[in-house]
Amino acid sequence: MTDDRESILSRVRGALAPLHERAPLPAYDSEIAVLRSLLAGRDLAELLAERMRRVNGLALTSPAAVVAHLRAGGHRHGYCDPALWPELAPHFADGFTVETRFDRTRVDEYAFGITRAAGAIAESGTIILKDRTTSSRLGALAPWVHIAVVSRADIFGDVTQAVAALGEDRNVVWCTGPSKTADVEGILIEGVHGPGEQIALIVP
Amino acid sequence: MKGQAIDRFAATLPAETRASVYQSTKATHEKRTRLLFDQFADPDRLRALAGEIKQHAIENLDTYLPQAEARLRANGAQVHWAGTAEAACAHVLRIMRDRGATKMVKAKTMVSEEIELADYLGRHGIEALETDLGEFIIQIDHDHPSHIVRPIIHKNRREIATSFEREGLGAYNDDPATITRRARHHLRHKYLAADVGLTGANFLSAESGRIALVTNEGNSRFSVAATRCHIVLVGIEKIVPRDRDLGLLLNLLGRSATAQDLTVYTEFISGPRDPAQPDGPEEMHVIFVDNGRTEVLAGECREILRCIRCGACLNVCPIYRQASGHAYRSVYPGPVGAVLSPLLLKENFPQKADLPKASSLCGACHEVCPVNIPIPDLLLRLRARAKEENVPSPGTPPMGPWALLASQPTAWRAALVAGRALNVLPTRLIPVPALQAWTASRELPGWRGGEFRRWLKARRRPAPPAR
Ligand code: SF4
Repeated sequence: MTDDRESILSRVRGALAPLHERAPLPAYDSEIAVLRSLLAGRDLAELLAERMRRVNGLALTSPAAVVAHLRAGGHRHGYCDPALWPELAPHFADGFTVETRFDRTRVDEYAFGITRAAGAIAESGTIILKDRTTSSRLGALAPWVHIAVVSRADIFGDVTQAVAALGEDRNVVWCTGPSKTADVEGILIEGVHGPGEQIALIVP
Repeated sequence: MKGQAIDRFAATLPAETRASVYQSTKATHEKRTRLLFDQFADPDRLRALAGEIKQHAIENLDTYLPQAEARLRANGAQVHWAGTAEAACAHVLRIMRDRGATKMVKAKTMVSEEIELADYLGRHGIEALETDLGEFIIQIDHDHPSHIVRPIIHKNRREIATSFEREGLGAYNDDPATITRRARHHLRHKYLAADVGLTGANFLSAESGRIALVTNEGNSRFSVAATRCHIVLVGIEKIVPRDRDLGLLLNLLGRSATAQDLTVYTEFISGPRDPAQPDGPEEMHVIFVDNGRTEVLAGECREILRCIRCGACLNVCPIYRQASGHAYRSVYPGPVGAVLSPLLLKENFPQKADLPKASSLCGACHEVCPVNIPIPDLLLRLRARAKEENVPSPGTPPMGPWALLASQPTAWRAALVAGRALNVLPTRLIPVPALQAWTASRELPGWRGGEFRRWLKARRRPAPPAR
């Protein structure tokens, strides 16, 4: 099978050859799209919580609050990153079943998934997941409730800073609120393929 | 009914569809405008800047494409180049066959619609399942998307519930939440059973080889969490120079498309999964698709290649709001489609040369475009091209008599007076087809010919002396 690399590139060069000059790359301040007035003087963890609420997400600050939330929702079976579990286990009393390996053949059994976030973006209420810090892509995505454990120090103010910190990881996902659609008559429904509840557990 | 193809289609649109398209495009447009102007002192400055960045990128594709290719290869991805739709389809098929794969899940990609990939794979015994809720419904109904961002804007919940029932997805229920739950349950098992996940790309950073991909539903994320092989179809115009440019463009995309600061899932993918990650593709293929784009680049409408497919120009367009998306007979409807669709046909341009005429040139599309594409100018250039190429233009009233009148002052003055007859004559008696088409659905305003001339004359008189 032939590859069209050379023919495409030669057509590109042919198309651009007649241009007397090519449009320059404009210089601009990366902060141009930052919502400065929103960020001014704010505690980033507080702002993150506020902005997550705006996109129907939820920020909590203690494992006990997470457990209470799961219990109230009747979510008793879940997945947890094995590295996080030793610290969280004492908060999960009787009545919970938590696995530290996500078994994809039983995808429907997991009501919640707890994984580590690589960071968060306060301005937009976003949680950042990276391949190297997420123990299971499916564990963070398939269950109805996703709890991302975010360290305070990893909260960025704005999108621009978060782009600058994309780093070497080959897979980075920003999650801004629960999975949603408005495909049916423009009516907002949450939990289409991913979580119907997106929670950040902010830890020191 | 006479008139242009788009008018004929619009005339057959059920009133209910027209109303729902009108209402939801209007609501999205208004939300978008409020959000942008609430948050930024000068959103137009951002649009202009984003336009300059994309213009620079497409005018330097010869540098940026090889750069992105090298970065992707260094990250462990394989890169393929497809000159045509057929070549792109063949690449996908070969990749699947090499893996012995038979099942694909597809997250929404406009390029795959453009190259008609699902049909092609179907003919070769491969199931390619749409996973975006709207696209899934389109697929089971053998329908076509009618909006770039909201593919089933033309359907109501009752039609959808009927389709779900027919497909065995549960007894009739038209509650949108129930419809969504059923799709969730059905599709997650499809992802897990699929061999390959196929996605598009909203942007491709030449600097890092990163593909930026946005969805609200999380279907592209599920596709690359559940499968072992990821294929990306990317139009060559999707390139941006640097990662920092992604920041600006993503900020504009979510706001322009759906009035969100950011789309829910924004993925940055530059290679196969990390070795320590248990889920996701161990193999990643990126296919650079031309399929007419280099011809567009060579022509005088290359600005359209800046387009980031946000759909804002559809939402604001008075023609789209009346005609809905299928009227454009193309994967890309609305103002962007009126420019892009005829151009992508290359030598078959005349087949869709009528689309650039489906515009009142009001300029609203240009005003909302996040990459500041002067769509009305491009439409005019395409009209001129159709004229030069002598493309027949049924439904366009002949302008010859008007030109004759307008170039002869005496005849013009006489016509202004004679026009008063229109106020008393029933228009159906006047044998001018264009006039009859116009008055079929509207009233002619009262004739006021000559008023401007009288006003101008009065102004030329010397001003009365000040008291
Ligand atoms: S032409 Fe502009 S407004 Fe229309 S879809 Fe493309 S980017 Fe959006």
